[in-house]
Amino acid sequence: MLSLLRRRLRLATVTSRWPDVPAPLIDRAQPVFDPARCDLNGACARVCPVGAIVVDTRFALDRARCISCSRCIEVCPTGALAQGLTFAVPERTRSDLVEPRAAVATKGEELASRARHVLGRSLQVRHLDAGSCNGCDWEINATTNAVHDIQRFGIDFVASPRHADVLLVTGTVTRNLEIAARRTYDAMSAPRLVVAVGACAASGSPYPTGYASGEGAASILPVDVFIPGCPPRPEAIIEGLLLAVGRIVRAR
Amino acid sequence: MIETQNVAADALPETCAALVRDRHARLVVMTGTDERERGRGYGLYYVFALPSGDLVSIEAQVDPARPEFPAVTRVVPAAHWYEREVKDLLGVEPRGHPDPRRLVLHDDWPHGLHPLRKDFDGRRGVGRDPHPHEPLTGVRGDGVMEVPVGPIHAGIIEPGHFRFGGVGELVFQLEARLFYTHRGIEKAAEGAGVERVLFLAERVCGACSLSNAVAYSQAIENLTERHPGLRARIIRSVLLELERLYNHVGDVANLCAGAALQLGVYQGGVLKERLQELNAAVAGHRYLFSVACPGGVRRDLDAAAQERIRRESVAIESEFRGYVDALLETESFMERLVGTGVLDHDLADELGAVGVAARSSGVARDVRASQPYAALRPGMVSPVVRTEGDVRARMLVRVEETFASFGLIRELLHELAEVPPADLVTPIGPLPSDRWAMGMVESPRGENVHWVMTGASGEIARYRVRSASYNWALVPFAVAGNLLPDFPLINKSFELCYACLDR
Repeated sequence: MLSLLRRRLRLATVTSRWPDVPAPLIDRAQPVFDPARCDLNGACARVCPVGAIVVDTRFALDRARCISCSRCIEVCPTGALAQGLTFAVPERTRSDLVEPRAAVATKGEELASRARHVLGRSLQVRHLDAGSCNGCDWEINATTNAVHDIQRFGIDFVASPRHADVLLVTGTVTRNLEIAARRTYDAMSAPRLVVAVGACAASGSPYPTGYASGEGAASILPVDVFIPGCPPRPEAIIEGLLLAVGRIVRAR
Repeated sequence: MIETQNVAADALPETCAALVRDRHARLVVMTGTDERERGRGYGLYYVFALPSGDLVSIEAQVDPARPEFPAVTRVVPAAHWYEREVKDLLGVEPRGHPDPRRLVLHDDWPHGLHPLRKDFDGRRGVGRDPHPHEPLTGVRGDGVMEVPVGPIHAGIIEPGHFRFGGVGELVFQLEARLFYTHRGIEKAAEGAGVERVLFLAERVCGACSLSNAVAYSQAIENLTERHPGLRARIIRSVLLELERLYNHVGDVANLCAGAALQLGVYQGGVLKERLQELNAAVAGHRYLFSVACPGGVRRDLDAAAQERIRRESVAIESEFRGYVDALLETESFMERLVGTGVLDHDLADELGAVGVAARSSGVARDVRASQPYAALRPGMVSPVVRTEGDVRARMLVRVEETFASFGLIRELLHELAEVPPADLVTPIGPLPSDRWAMGMVESPRGENVHWVMTGASGEIARYRVRSASYNWALVPFAVAGNLLPDFPLINKSFELCYACLDR
């Protein structure tokens, strides 16, 4: 124990400087879209394995479905789709995750101010795996490591839904977890928020809906914030929680 | 080379038992198929590995009019979960199976519906049986109490239901109800294109994503007999070891969490994070998604990436050594691990344990040594084996393997530097019709097997994934006789994933 303690004392500060410094750029992030360069050739839509891109008279990318595989970037002949995101940012409504953006929703901001008022900007979070691949869950775990240190934002994880302000949902809501997911939400006391983490929880992608797999958290629960990504980086998860409690307000 | 033997369904137990007895074979995977559309019945495939590494497939057809066969489990216990799966998913009954309860399908699934039958429409939801039966047997007796836990747990972990039966803190029996995260991936793959299934394969398990992607890719490459070039194979091997590193280092840290040693969780977590950021920097993704593909890899490791891996691997290895030394000196922690959660050697061997769990109980199974793949050659990897079978052994096997992986990565990078830039993807072309092939990879958790069968027009007709998390079948044996508060520790020492078991 003493030698562990000695090692700890020798370690420099490892905490990330995000959000003051942006997260690193990585290749397998969601694409940046430049409408000026898009000629609607549709190559991206044909290779997208999860149907996140639709090209007809205009281009639309559903960031909730996108699994950041970068196939669209590889095949785009005009450079309209390119690398350049650190991560796709969380949004309050599903339609805000469709690029180019639809009309701005306002109800979310009202909710945020109410949540800010009631929850006092500090959050107790309960994680709920509703049928994920474990990737998002590991990234949620990573938010608690010394580098991402989610506690520096006044956010912490609790063992019971009864103690939680926020339900952080991963997974598509499988048939075998639907009842447990509803019960977990029902066990929370109001006011309560629901945050959907990752493509599965935000949209059901990439698994086809069917006998086993569902369409994401919003199919059974009122979702307040959608965090896109497969999986979202730890910074994206923290940002989604800050958005849920109104500590980030999206400028329009 | 795969040796194939077609036998009558009634001869399965005897044939399989003879293979185990006379040729020291072990069961690697078993799967069932619905081949009625192709004028046959239900197919049963038992794939064994010989000590030489060669594979033997024992195959039988079952008459659809009488969907049953004599259970192989009675003579080859390693078949027990496979045959229960076949019963649930295909409705083909293993006659005389010692434990015929449901496994994949949950209690409220209607009787008579089997998702992997071709006439079952997987795109539609299925109602719940209003009279679910109770599948857990439980323990009865004076002073016995049952402790139900889950499926939703207190930590940030995956869902499963555990029922502990015992007296006081002593656990007599653990029953696990799993398959909560069953997403229907195998059904979804049927009729889908090769690339679509690749992205599903990667998401069988987020934490062993690359191992699954490579095992699937190998199955496709074995079907088409089109294999990646040397550069792509070396890149695969380097990245697969990076996947092992962040998992093994993270697993040691998690073991500290199981014993409430926060300083250990903290320091190991920092190292794991550093390894995942290395993944992101050199392969574009913290979990190595979207890197491998059938025919090769989708990205190169250029000189800068190679140098970064070399530099970081030396620095992190040295940090990890200091971390492990400090853990080993922490007696209050190590004492919790000794003699806890012992998995018996014979049990591990007979029930088909793989990976760290097998090697910690004296069963030397490592696909990298027995069926070398990608850039690995015979002799490059020697299985790390211990015999105690307890939590400490599972920790120490991971520690030794971590150091071996650091060395292996540097050896592979040395080779990569000698290989000129080349095409990284060999075009695989269309799939042949009505054939099957498989790929095997030693994931951080153990042997992952992806088995792919094509249909009449070369489409994917059956996709079967057997991940190392099949070791779940062994965990209850390691828990019985231990104290209930030691369960988190035992569980974390196996560090199995639910998603890749449940699919």
